[in-house]
Amino acid sequence: MRGTVKLSRATRAGMSVNAVAVYLFLYAPIILLVVFSFSNHRNVGQWGGFTFDWYREFGDNESLRRALWVSIKVAVWSTLISVVLGTLSALALERFTFRGQKVFDGLLYLPIIIPDVTMAVMMLLFFSEALDVVNGVFGLAWTKGIETITISHIAFNISFVSIVVRARLQGMDDTLEQAAMDLYATRWRTFRYVTLPQIAPGIAGGALLAVTLSLDDVVVTQFSAGPGATTLPVYVFGLIRRGVTPLINATSVIMLAISIVLILLSLLLQRTSGSGFIGRGRGEPEDQNSPSISQKETP
Amino acid sequence: MKANIILRSSAILIAAGLVAASCGDDDGDSSEDTTAATAVEEASADTAATEDTAAEEPDAATADCAVGETDGNLAIYNWAEYIDQEELDAFAAEYDISVTMDTYDSNEAMQPIISAGNSGFDLIGPSDYMVTILTAAGSVQALNQAAIPNMANLLPEFTDLAYDPGNQYSAPYQWGTTGMALNTSVVGADYEPTWGLIFDPELAGEFSGQITLLNDPRETMGAALKYLGYSLNTTSEEELAEATDLVSAARDNLAAFDTDQADELLVSGETVIAHGYSGDMFVQFLDADDPSEYVYFVPKEGGARWVDTIAIPFDAPHPCSAHTFINWLLSGEHGAALSNWNYYSTPNAAALDLLDEDLVLFLTDPSLVVGGVESLEQFVDTGDFEINYSDAFIEAKG
Repeated sequence: MRGTVKLSRATRAGMSVNAVAVYLFLYAPIILLVVFSFSNHRNVGQWGGFTFDWYREFGDNESLRRALWVSIKVAVWSTLISVVLGTLSALALERFTFRGQKVFDGLLYLPIIIPDVTMAVMMLLFFSEALDVVNGVFGLAWTKGIETITISHIAFNISFVSIVVRARLQGMDDTLEQAAMDLYATRWRTFRYVTLPQIAPGIAGGALLAVTLSLDDVVVTQFSAGPGATTLPVYVFGLIRRGVTPLINATSVIMLAISIVLILLSLLLQRTSGSGFIGRGRGEPEDQNSPSISQKETP
Repeated sequence: MKANIILRSSAILIAAGLVAASCGDDDGDSSEDTTAATAVEEASADTAATEDTAAEEPDAATADCAVGETDGNLAIYNWAEYIDQEELDAFAAEYDISVTMDTYDSNEAMQPIISAGNSGFDLIGPSDYMVTILTAAGSVQALNQAAIPNMANLLPEFTDLAYDPGNQYSAPYQWGTTGMALNTSVVGADYEPTWGLIFDPELAGEFSGQITLLNDPRETMGAALKYLGYSLNTTSEEELAEATDLVSAARDNLAAFDTDQADELLVSGETVIAHGYSGDMFVQFLDADDPSEYVYFVPKEGGARWVDTIAIPFDAPHPCSAHTFINWLLSGEHGAALSNWNYYSTPNAAALDLLDEDLVLFLTDPSLVVGGVESLEQFVDTGDFEINYSDAFIEAKG
């Protein structure tokens, strides 16, 4: 029946209007943002001719470039670590049973449920107390900085990664894993050659979410930052106080470009993952076949 | 599945508990802050009592530093775009230490981070009222005046302000006012410098739809209170009610309540009268096609003045470097460099002669404050009455 439903002309027209409206709603602000980043006028919203000056100023503005670099470092590290921990916790919850599992399951949702500000205040108090203890016991003089921001981002990213990966695991038939183990594959080999290739798109999705959340975050970041660790969004918020110039547009366009590259990259990864890009691993020929063939043969 | 739901909801309950706990903490702190703040204010006349408060807080002891002494790399936490990076580099080169500056967007965002401790910062840039709050909470240390001889450069009117009498905990280094800006090509040159241009229906009616008021409870209610001849820190409900009616009536002639774009709307010609901040207006005027068309002044009834200061957190890792930086900033040369860069006025007498020529008019012209320095007031924390201001403003906006 699918595809044969006849829609009346009016319905179809209505649907295309709706589609256009949705895209307009989503993209019109972005297009405006991009256009006005080339405006040769101090005030956003006033067109003063075409210029690359704001991008040049971004290049010349040391504080902005430093903030961008801090953001990237934090995003990369927090994503790498939270992807590993999040995937492990998803596997533990989905493939094993253990004492306190349900409590753990429930607690995993906490960072998603609680408001940003609460998380931020918790982090602030935690780092302040923890540094007191650590510095007191070991006689160090550690302060907050990029490391503490990274830890706080890991804290909320684990939950998001874990949920995305779990959704993938839940939708996955575990007969393949059982078959692998029937054929005397060790737990590690089963994971490496059967489970991992199948959940790879979920992991990639989780990682993408983690990068985005980390690059976006202002509140938690501000409260866990220390000297020399101002991220780009935090800095941009500070700039707005002195009036919005197209420099902020240019900065946003650069962040937008980075996000788009990341999305394209993940799409590319997901496409190749169908043919087992992770399974290919060390270039052993049988690896290349095993996951892809088994995937295709499952009806 | 049922057990799962129960567990999930208990998790949510735990979360709610945590939220409540942290909010509770906050409340406790802030009420302590305000009571302590009033205590400090009451005691301000009596120096002996102030010293007592200092003695109770061991953290408030002054650092033992010599003039120009440094004890490590400097970490500054300040408003964005406030100190030129070149100035920071110059300081770093002169004293052979590294300087980093991180930024915040409001006093309220900075305060909890500093008060919690272990922030790692050596210097912060709180505004006037925030100095009182930080001092009361013991979050800033008393300055070692002997290490900052350039304190003597400050204009007399900035040496004994109510938020920090005698500048014991903070050094003022920038200031500005909230007043009114006009487009004289429309209003004419013989305007009367009064808040009545916004609040008097007859005067304002002529420019109906071309006037903006700030979108800020204290600032906007404060302007109305000043027009009525009251203090902008009043805690009288009757006075505030009068001001509320005034703002409410002025709405007929307003284009908008706007803070972020008020200056831009004026210079782009969409408005002709704007309530706004001095520094923001000057920046826009200099960018206008013909800067001489615009004027900024504090009306004869008076207005608000803010002072931004620099202070040292109680647990600053490098207090001597911090003292040296404050002294450096209060020198005539660097005080002027600062104002030339951020267009805010300087409280530094030694800097006045070194300001850029096109800024001198904006930053030092005494006619800017029509009613004289005495007509200016700083906002102070009114404690529990603060909510009345918010409510009044919401009511006035309709």
